Amino acid sequence: MSRKGVHVKIDELKTNIGLIKNLELSIGRIVEEKWAEPMGPTPFPGITTLREWDMKLLQRYKPFYLPFCDVCCLCTFGKCDLTGDKRGACGLNMAAQQSRIVLLACCIGAATHIAHARHLVEHLIEKYGRNSPIDVGGLNIDVEAPVTRLVCGIKPEKLKDLEDALDYCEEQVTHLLSATHTGQEGSNLDFESKVLHAGMVDQVGMEIADLAQISVLGFPKADPEAPLTDLGFAIADISKPTILVVGHNVPSSVGIIDYLTDKGLMGKVEVVGICCTAHDITRYSSMAKIVGPISWQLRYIRSGLADLIVVDEQCIRADALVEAKKVKAPVIASSPKNCLGLENRTKSPSKEIISDLVEEKVPGVLILDPDKVGEVAVETVMKVAPRRNKFSVIPKIEEIVAAAKECTVCNECRRACPNDQPIPEAIKAAAKGDLNPLAEILDSCIGCARCDSACPNDFPLHSFIVKAGEEQLWKEKFKMRVGRGAIQDVEIREVGQPIVFGEIPGVVAIVGCANYPRGGKEVAEIAEEFAKRRFIVVSSGCAAMSMAMVKDEEGKSLYEKYPGAFEAGGILNVGSCVSNPHIAGAAIKIASIFAKRKLRANYEEIADYILNRVGAVGLAWGAMSQKAASIASGFWRLGVPVIVGPHGSKYRRMLLGRADKEEDWYVYDARTGDKVYAGPAPEHLFTTAETKEEAMVLIAKLCMRPNDTTKGRAIKLTHYIDLHKRLYGVMPDDIQLFVRNKADIPITMKNEILKILEEKRWKEKSIPDPTLLPRLIRKRKGE
Amino acid sequence: MGLKAEPWQKAEIAGPKKALLISKPEVVVAMVKRAKRPILIVGHLAAKDYSDDVKMIDYAIRMSKTAGIPVVATAHTISEFIRRKFHSAANMHAMDIGNRLKDPEWKGLDGMGPYDLALFMGLPYYMGFVILAGLKHFSTNLKTISLDRFYNPHATWSFPNLSVKDWNESFETLLSKLGGK
Repeated sequence: MSRKGVHVKIDELKTNIGLIKNLELSIGRIVEEKWAEPMGPTPFPGITTLREWDMKLLQRYKPFYLPFCDVCCLCTFGKCDLTGDKRGACGLNMAAQQSRIVLLACCIGAATHIAHARHLVEHLIEKYGRNSPIDVGGLNIDVEAPVTRLVCGIKPEKLKDLEDALDYCEEQVTHLLSATHTGQEGSNLDFESKVLHAGMVDQVGMEIADLAQISVLGFPKADPEAPLTDLGFAIADISKPTILVVGHNVPSSVGIIDYLTDKGLMGKVEVVGICCTAHDITRYSSMAKIVGPISWQLRYIRSGLADLIVVDEQCIRADALVEAKKVKAPVIASSPKNCLGLENRTKSPSKEIISDLVEEKVPGVLILDPDKVGEVAVETVMKVAPRRNKFSVIPKIEEIVAAAKECTVCNECRRACPNDQPIPEAIKAAAKGDLNPLAEILDSCIGCARCDSACPNDFPLHSFIVKAGEEQLWKEKFKMRVGRGAIQDVEIREVGQPIVFGEIPGVVAIVGCANYPRGGKEVAEIAEEFAKRRFIVVSSGCAAMSMAMVKDEEGKSLYEKYPGAFEAGGILNVGSCVSNPHIAGAAIKIASIFAKRKLRANYEEIADYILNRVGAVGLAWGAMSQKAASIASGFWRLGVPVIVGPHGSKYRRMLLGRADKEEDWYVYDARTGDKVYAGPAPEHLFTTAETKEEAMVLIAKLCMRPNDTTKGRAIKLTHYIDLHKRLYGVMPDDIQLFVRNKADIPITMKNEILKILEEKRWKEKSIPDPTLLPRLIRKRKGE
Repeated sequence: MGLKAEPWQKAEIAGPKKALLISKPEVVVAMVKRAKRPILIVGHLAAKDYSDDVKMIDYAIRMSKTAGIPVVATAHTISEFIRRKFHSAANMHAMDIGNRLKDPEWKGLDGMGPYDLALFMGLPYYMGFVILAGLKHFSTNLKTISLDRFYNPHATWSFPNLSVKDWNESFETLLSKLGGK
């Protein structure tokens, strides 16, 4: 394990060889070699260390920029018009500006996860000690931190070991952020390289956060049979005082559960969560339940079901306090990153705080001590709940009908709606007493309430929609498997070969937020389609919740129907946002455990392996935040393509391959050093799917890799063609690019495909041992 | 016809360079007739929007047949064309066609060279917004037209925000005048 910052100062030292005076020795980092694997080429890479690898990716997957606006307004030279080939006063052009904005987004995302990890590690060290062991899977996991090992070249064994990696991440984000300053980086491709770097360090930060909490808080440890938990709007027993926790950073929620347990109050108070804190608190305790994804915040708060709201950090509505005041629910803010303007009462006696909240002297408080949050939240909610009596601001039907009659159909609500929902038409119907059109909107509603803000009559339109869909909401009771954490090494050993050979057609990671174009049901539909096709379906975050929110005829959710193991046909929930590196880690472990590639600080080789051999694809159907941007970029640098839903087109650039440019798709055959055409596999590194149908076809297509065996390629082609024919009604027009020899052709489609190949003048190609790295060529021509 | 050159989604404000307003359908007719290599890109909403009896996709088919414009159907829209027995549409990913249109060296669907006019319809508003922005800034010899009934400011030319009725009438006029090509 490494140590940093060793400083030795000797004023005078007498030795056999002489007298040493005023010797000062500083060592930035020393490494105790307990880990047998030798150090790889790129430990703790700086912002340019992996630039060559990035440029290889960016040469093939070139950015297609999609500017949101034509100007730059980041400095006082501006605003500068960057339209077309214009440059700003600083000399920057539009391409560089767009990549700069992407870098800013990824720095925000990475900083958020890394700061989250720092807070968790400091908190857990303070509470459990620096020597608490890292244990994410007992004997089932030897490679406990694949991302950290790969990037940093360290093998963390104790909580204190994580600090080194966090220092590194923080330093890198500072450097990256500095590159966005006016007059720094000027090349769009170098900005893009830095984007990939931000994503990589983000993966380290997230991994550290989850390693720490899994190890110390007793979360499921790589458990394929992690327990099922309750999820849905209607899961809480509303006769009990209810605490709603919202956010991502679990210590304050743990404080609540611990207090309830210590005081013997279990069962007397409901603890329900929204977003990733909900994931992590259900990993901690079976007492907790999940309301739903990020978009459920307003509907739950306005419905008055929460008697007290505890917010920590990330993805929390900025108006949580305003909304909570409307329903007379006190708020406890518990993160220094999200103080909500509340007075810091961390040092006040608990009784005083409780009294102030119960007597409504203050609408909320800031408490930066998780244990104190637990005490104050529980004691307050038990006093507040009877008074509140679930006070709600959701209007009655008569009120909606009366308001609807006043509507002038100005269309402002629809024009503010991200999903262009026909709210004016639904309000017109409501004026006639028909609330069904409003109820239908709830399915596609992402809960942003921009309609409320836009309405010139100040009608609470979101509340109207919630009321109209109330009957459906009250049926929402589902089962979700709680986050299992990492993938076991033994699972990797069993599926490594079939994945690399292509016989398991792919790993589909369905992750991210709930910014869906048409509701969360599409996520469940996509997941089940691929599980049935014997792909491995992995999920995390809000997407993992949405996948649970569909039942079959027997009333079972996907988590009840499909195994939670990392195997063909499995549907896994790894956990919250910070659990995403377990997905990246699985790909890394395939290279290291199955293929025995050196892992330690060997980023380029492992990424090259994954790009060419591991048919993994990410789908962020509702990607929304800066964190989603940095998570995606961490996957890109590892060679894993990511598809976003239509709202993801607003990330300002795609990384697209050009299947029609043959020269872009050559790889080295590591056996001979020959450059071989390997086809557009995977065709894109980052793109947007317009519809769920397109997402499904793209997933199947982007799972193809140059290394697929003929049997594996035939299986992958079968899925691609089958989905294309079913959903598009036609054969794909690019089959010839993916058939390398006749053995690749799916047997059941042989005649049809042979005819197409003949028409396209297809020629047989060889199957390489593919790599983009010349140094991995084992034998060159003439040797 | 209410001629409001305001982005349909109100916060999607573009500029300084904004789409010129198609004040009458003849503008589109003139642009199409002047173009040497036009192309029509049709998104999945073309088969969904507006009313049960009139779909954008039917206009797309009539337009393609009348003016001989090749069609690219994005996402699964191709299945809707086939359902209507229109078999000559190509199928491409929206980002892919956008990316290729910006490339002055792309030879087009038929290998005959780059396009000089791209007409868009049926993409989700915000997807059309960003793809048209990409083309506005990064294509060299391409003009774009947004044919949806909402003003899309990143196109070279765009319809204003129109009612379904006004949009239908515009399209009928457009098609009747295109027939004279």
